[in-house]
Amino acid sequence: MTDTILSITDLDVRGRPPGGTYVPIVTGVSLSVKKGEVLALIGESGSGKSTISLAAMGFARPGCRIFGGQVVLNGRDIMTLAPPERHSLRGREVAYVAQSAAASFNPAIRIGKQVTEAPLWHGTADAATAANTAFELYQKLDLPDPEHIGSRFPHQVSGGQLQRLMAAMAMSCGPDLLILDEPTTALDVTTQIEVLKAFKSIIREQGTAAIYVTHDLSVVAQMADRILVLKDGAVVEAGETDQIIHAPQHAYTKTLMDAVTPKVRPVQAEPKKPEIVLSARNITAGYGATTILRNVSVDVPKGTVVGVIGESGCGKSTLARVIAGLTPTREGETQIEGKTVAPSVGARDKATLRDCQIVFQMADTALNPRMRIRDLLGRPLRFYHSLKGRAQVDRVAELLTLVDLPPEFASRYPGELSGGQKQRVNLARALAADPKVILCDEVTSALDTVVAAGVIALLNDLKDRLGVSFMFISHDLSTVSSFADDVVVLYAGRVMEKGPAAAVFQPPFHPYTKLLLASVPEMRQGWLEGVAQTDEARAASASGVELTAKGCPFANRCIHAMRDLCETTTPPDLVFPDGLTIACHLAPDALPT
Amino acid sequence: MSDLDIPAARASVFAGLRLTKTAIVAGSILLLWVFLAFFGPTLAPHGEAEIISTKTFAPIGEGGLLGTDKLGRDVFSRLLYGVRTTLVLALITTIIAFAAGVTLGFAAAILRGWFDIVVSRIVEAFMAFPSTLLALVVIGALGTSIPVLVCTVGLVLSTGVFRVSRALGMDIGVMDFVNAARARGEGAWWILSREVLPNAMAPLIAEFGLRFTFSILFLSGLSFLGLGVQEPAADWGLMVQENIGGLFLGSSAALIPAGCIASLTICMNLLVDWFQQRQQGETVLEKIDQ
Amino acid sequence: MVKLIINRLLQGLLTLFLASLIIFGATEILPGDVAEAVLGQNRTEEALATLREQMGLNRPAVQRYGEWLGGMLQGDLGTSLATKRPVADMIESRMWNTLRLTLLAAAFSIPVALGLGLWAAMRAGGALDKSLAMGTLALIAVPEFFIGLILMKIFAVELGWLSSSANTRSYYSFWQNAQALTLPVLTLGFAVLAHMMRMTRASVINIFSSAYMEMAALKGLPKWRLVLRHALPNALSPILTVIALNLSYMVSGVIIVETIFGVPGLTRLLIDGVTLRDIPLIQACAMIFGTVYIVLNLTADILSIMSNPRLRYPK
Repeated sequence: MTDTILSITDLDVRGRPPGGTYVPIVTGVSLSVKKGEVLALIGESGSGKSTISLAAMGFARPGCRIFGGQVVLNGRDIMTLAPPERHSLRGREVAYVAQSAAASFNPAIRIGKQVTEAPLWHGTADAATAANTAFELYQKLDLPDPEHIGSRFPHQVSGGQLQRLMAAMAMSCGPDLLILDEPTTALDVTTQIEVLKAFKSIIREQGTAAIYVTHDLSVVAQMADRILVLKDGAVVEAGETDQIIHAPQHAYTKTLMDAVTPKVRPVQAEPKKPEIVLSARNITAGYGATTILRNVSVDVPKGTVVGVIGESGCGKSTLARVIAGLTPTREGETQIEGKTVAPSVGARDKATLRDCQIVFQMADTALNPRMRIRDLLGRPLRFYHSLKGRAQVDRVAELLTLVDLPPEFASRYPGELSGGQKQRVNLARALAADPKVILCDEVTSALDTVVAAGVIALLNDLKDRLGVSFMFISHDLSTVSSFADDVVVLYAGRVMEKGPAAAVFQPPFHPYTKLLLASVPEMRQGWLEGVAQTDEARAASASGVELTAKGCPFANRCIHAMRDLCETTTPPDLVFPDGLTIACHLAPDALPT
Repeated sequence: MSDLDIPAARASVFAGLRLTKTAIVAGSILLLWVFLAFFGPTLAPHGEAEIISTKTFAPIGEGGLLGTDKLGRDVFSRLLYGVRTTLVLALITTIIAFAAGVTLGFAAAILRGWFDIVVSRIVEAFMAFPSTLLALVVIGALGTSIPVLVCTVGLVLSTGVFRVSRALGMDIGVMDFVNAARARGEGAWWILSREVLPNAMAPLIAEFGLRFTFSILFLSGLSFLGLGVQEPAADWGLMVQENIGGLFLGSSAALIPAGCIASLTICMNLLVDWFQQRQQGETVLEKIDQ
Repeated sequence: MVKLIINRLLQGLLTLFLASLIIFGATEILPGDVAEAVLGQNRTEEALATLREQMGLNRPAVQRYGEWLGGMLQGDLGTSLATKRPVADMIESRMWNTLRLTLLAAAFSIPVALGLGLWAAMRAGGALDKSLAMGTLALIAVPEFFIGLILMKIFAVELGWLSSSANTRSYYSFWQNAQALTLPVLTLGFAVLAHMMRMTRASVINIFSSAYMEMAALKGLPKWRLVLRHALPNALSPILTVIALNLSYMVSGVIIVETIFGVPGLTRLLIDGVTLRDIPLIQACAMIFGTVYIVLNLTADILSIMSNPRLRYPK
């Protein structure tokens, strides 16, 4: 037992909104972490995992309070200490790595000063030693320019680098316990790898114990030795990583694992060629002086789902807005059922507006909090179909049933609904118009895994029943691969690869697609060690995303790049017999497999 | 376990007003003044301009309930008459300021483009003058009639309201439900009145309260300078100004109306604070001590 | 960043220009014109016509505006109608009085307000914070003249320590000056102090809810370090804006203070000018006030830009 760094018993944390009363957030949770061990806390939002991880420091966020329980750190129950003594342990014996490094670094102070602040304050090192430790940490974490990166400001370095710098800041005092609170959730999948690798190596090397909080199960498989599954503030199941992933016992754990397991796609009958219901042709668009999209063309056939995947900054949201008419195009046009439509929403007639509907990512802000559901759904019914009175009420009930919500919800406000329910209402609102195509802009990205799976099932169902087409925009490869018929891969505003899903996810690949596919963590331990070594991964993490006016934007990160050619000339579209199109200068048989 | 589980339906926004003691006291005082605005003149023992005593600047208790002023009029009665003038004028000017400021502000936020640029520049130029100065020039020019007074003060106040509503409009305007309305094809009028306005009500109400107090202070300041309500009307600001001389003679005829103004504005501020404070919770500094 | 600053400067110039238009326009709407004001009671139609011709009032407004503006830029502020003296002379003697008053009030109120605001933010929710909140609330809710009157009653009338008239002479000793000026400075200062304190407190508390403040707290840093080292640098920008806002508020409040205490300053000049319809005087005074306000705002904005590390050290 002497190598147990942390032992929490019967934790009781409650929270209250301003002016309200305390409600329980975490009840009766117990856990322990040994030296050098990584314990993962997994659960959906509201499970209390973040709260528990902060309690390991004896800290509760504003609005919350630790009402009971023992937190024994290095043999001492820190809850029995006086607050100043407890506070002095933070940063020294136990350190915290937050979710968003961009928000957690003080924008007005240089990075190096922030990294060395804790050891200097706690007196564990003098200025020279602290600077030296920082330098060594930068090197171990594989940061570029370790000599000078400390003299930069947070806004001058990239997201992935900042996250690693935050790890350096946390490790600067040599803590016994490290708390990682969703550290890679805000990062792109391709950036995530280098960060995960860096975290893992430094934890192993220093022999630090760690608590890793996340909702991403495949990441957990890479990082954790043991897993604690949480729901509604209580422990549902606990065990070794291997057991939880491959042989979950509790029903809830099983549901979680089920939601993340890639589904086998039903084999498509020979590809029919349905008519194209929406066609975006040669779209070039941007905001102000920046051009975000270049020459993007996407076709959506009737009754199918076209998945548009790409990482942050690739312009996928802009594409949706352009098609919906909210953002003007510089060049190119949108066609609905063969007819060109006006580029801006103000110039389109109601029939056109009806045909193409858009659903936004954040259901919280997509529904007017001051309107009841029946008015939110009733307005498009009135606006497009002139439905009033009884007819409107009936149709609203129908719509709610269509999205698997009880008709009683019509009298509620959005604030009374959960995230998944709000997103369903969002969908219902789009359906109210009887559209031909619905643009889904990252509609499941803000939802918990299980809830998201439910929404995806609903979309599939609607597609089959109503024959509505979907353009499903997402950064999440696994979701898209399980659900889309055709796939478009977007990078830095250009289409890299597109075609039937089956064809896109099999060789030959565009170099970027290959990188993307390789970066998605698999649900098995040991995957991380294998992937980070490849040349492709190294080349990709060497530089950041660049929007280029000509040539291939991926050229600066691609190992196959031919310097002069790829940077100056736009790659041609290589068309394959199964409908696959790849934009690359490489010869078809030289493409990565 | 799935998202189809129905959480308990929460009541609407106004459930549980959570009144604090301060809010109750402040609210009651305000209600008292409003009541007196209606019934003050009927309750006053003497007339507005009635001279009740030959002793001017009589201290409290002598002559009238609260003494007499520089002409020997009853301070208490004039106080009661003055509530109406003060409150009504302040209300009208605030309403004018809001009508103009909110419409222009929201329009600028939603329409953007050249409309926004032009209007913002003009408002900024108007705000370049200390409000009192602007009022000085305009009233000095056009005379001290009530319509001129009300319009001038309303105009001056509207610049601040414009700024606030424009900022609010922009914050709300980028929310996705506004985009959804735009994507549907809704016109500017619908978006402003049905999407933006209902969500701006809470901050706007608070702003109304604050502008109301500005208006009272501004109007009384103007009266003090001789530019506001004119004699022999019983406006509180005017009462302060005309009775300053009494200060040196031991009379509180100038302090009492000033105190009443203060009570109005303090209570209004407290109410607005209470209204806004319901949103504020602990800060991270407090958590360090726990 | 330099581009932003230049942009802001140009915007400021534009606003100045617009302000001058407004001033000129406002005086144009004065019923009865300069000629009527000059002739006063004795005006006949012919006399008016002749005088207008003489004064060039019949020329188009645009031309007169151009001349006025041009004169302003060269330092010629026109000639007063009432006293026939160059306006510049009249202003010069008075301006110093107003300036002195505002500078002293600023010197007193700004440090106190910032300090108290910071302190209250650190101890948010505590007894000190609550009592400060009440105190400042009382100060801002109360009309300025009330504060002035109370102070005057207590210190000048009852205690006789200070003078109720702020008329200083050049031969006054330092103490006599202090005696005369203390009350007006305090009055002006208190009103502004309350506003500034509340706004400082609000801005700093707002910063407390940032993620980097929590991160710094979780490093085990004490409260004072969190506030001074982490919160303050980020609060510079909003605080500067608050100061600028209040300084311009002070320009407005100085009118009342000058009236109560009889300070022979610029605002009294303006008030007299309005009463006498002394157009050139009004225009010049208004222009000065407007310029000061615009320059103050401009400075605050520029300092704000410069204190933002994202703008100072671009990627």
